[in-house]
Amino acid sequence: MGCVQTYKRVHNGPRMTVHPNNRSAAPGSVSSRLDVHFELNGSPVDLTVEASDVVCDVLRDQLDLTGTKFGCRIGVCGLCTVLLDGMPASSCLLLAPMLEGRRLTTIEGLGSDGRLDPVQAAFAEEQGFQCGICTPGQILAARALLAHEPDPDEPRIRDWMTGNLCRCTGYASIVRSIRSAANRLAESGGPERSA
Amino acid sequence: MSLDYIRAGTTEDAIAALIRGGDDAKVVAGGTALVLMLQEGFIAPRYLVDIGRIAALGGIRDVGDAVIIGATTTLWQVMTSPLVGRRLPVLVGALGRVATVRIRSVATLGGNLAHGDPRLDPAAVLLALDASVRLAGPDGERWLGLEELFVDELTTAIGPAELVVEIRIPYPDPSSRLTYRKLVGQTMDDYGVVNVAARLDVDDGRCRDARLVLGAVAATPIRVPAAEAVLRGAGIGPAVIAQAAELAREAADPVGDLRGSAGYKCDMVVVEVRRALTELASGPGGPATPAGRWSDS
Ligand SMILES: Cc1cc2nc3c(=O)[nH]c(=O)nc-3n(C[C@H](O)[C@H](O)[C@H](O)COP(=O)(O)OP(=O)(O)OC[C@H]3O[C@@H](n4cnc5c(N)ncnc54)[C@H](O)[C@@H]3O)c2cc1C
Ligand code: FES
Ligand code: FES
Repeated sequence: MGCVQTYKRVHNGPRMTVHPNNRSAAPGSVSSRLDVHFELNGSPVDLTVEASDVVCDVLRDQLDLTGTKFGCRIGVCGLCTVLLDGMPASSCLLLAPMLEGRRLTTIEGLGSDGRLDPVQAAFAEEQGFQCGICTPGQILAARALLAHEPDPDEPRIRDWMTGNLCRCTGYASIVRSIRSAANRLAESGGPERSA
Repeated sequence: MSLDYIRAGTTEDAIAALIRGGDDAKVVAGGTALVLMLQEGFIAPRYLVDIGRIAALGGIRDVGDAVIIGATTTLWQVMTSPLVGRRLPVLVGALGRVATVRIRSVATLGGNLAHGDPRLDPAAVLLALDASVRLAGPDGERWLGLEELFVDELTTAIGPAELVVEIRIPYPDPSSRLTYRKLVGQTMDDYGVVNVAARLDVDDGRCRDARLVLGAVAATPIRVPAAEAVLRGAGIGPAVIAQAAELAREAADPVGDLRGSAGYKCDMVVVEVRRALTELASGPGGPATPAGRWSDS
């Protein structure tokens, strides 16, 4: 948990909900707006952002995709995990303009109406969550792991999932869920590598 | 104050933007350190110059006696490169100890070295590997060894309008034994309490040359020349190891923090140096990520 000593200094106060056509210039720190084009959950997105916007805020406040949670806002807790070109990233540390040309996957991009992604289904069946706040990040991190390595053993799972913190489960059921997801994916013909 | 975001297309564009922006401009690569500093108000730049899209700053190439890694190559790309895995397993091991997958997938090698934090894992191991960086700036290009690069805590010799372009890492001699140790006190993804990178070049049981680097216990990662001198020419046994470990303690100047008091860290320098050198005395050493190697399939 790098940076713990600076935890208290991190700005984590209430933020205004900002909509694309309704931005008020926050006094003191206005950053100029710029356009960003990227792929979000398989669809192209054109967005106007401020240079200093971080991706987790843009997702939640501007795009209404509140499946991405945030906690520490310093890259430590994993609640804000998204997949950037298929790899896990902390969206609290990504500036929105950095998304240009990239492929972003959030939890909303997994599964489809009425059908859970195999990793989601495995977490549900194996009780890989309790309160659920860490779950979108856990599932996305697990999805990326299984795309890289379809049959990971427990040490591999624990190494990869390090830093996706969970205060509820004690992790055993998360590891079990990921193993079960690996089996499900193997049965269904392997993970989709597009996640 | 407004913040302008400039997406540089070429190294020249980036340098020009940095010259224009002067003290108010900051380079952003992976952003993992920069965004934190921005959020915490440690820095308040007016221009961010994004170098992530400059093709010439990426890539990993074999130049015969060394590997050259573009500054914006991510730590994940470096640690999963088959070339790096074959020639520099110790680097793979150290990169596998940086924070979490989420950081490694975004953070760049150039950004890591440019950040100048004494606790950075790649910085310590690259110092033991005699790596150097190529810088490009308003006055052209220059090469700088890492010892010259690291000046003070969060301070490097990189000029205000200079960029790290690439990192050159000479391949270790076949006789080189290398190891990297990171002692963490809390969780696996924490910064080290004490980091040790060690290299012994061994011929016929004698140490021909040595590097001993400490991370997290001074304002920059530091070499311990006194310990290296003791190791050089010696047969590596418990007595010389103990002596080198004591010299390392004397070189360390740690600050007490939530990871331990200064005294504790000094004691751990002795323990970790002893462990590192003992490991190297008995064999070639090797990478130690907790769960083995990853490949970027
Ligand atoms: C939660 C967390 C935990 C971490 N834990 C560890 C750890 O355990 N071990 C470890 O080693 N590190 C750790 N780090 C630090 C991380 O490795 C660095 O933040 C990262 O390597 C910086 O690279 P970047 O590409 O993100 O740099 P950026 O954040 O983009 O830039 C960092 C600094 O370097 C400058 N810069 C970047 N690229 C260049 C360039 N090419 N030329 C000139 N200047 C440049 C920027 O202006 C800035 O000042 C951690 C970080 C976080 C957020
Ligand atoms: S909010 Fe904790 S890692 Fe981003
Ligand atoms: S389920 Fe509550 S934090 Fe993980």
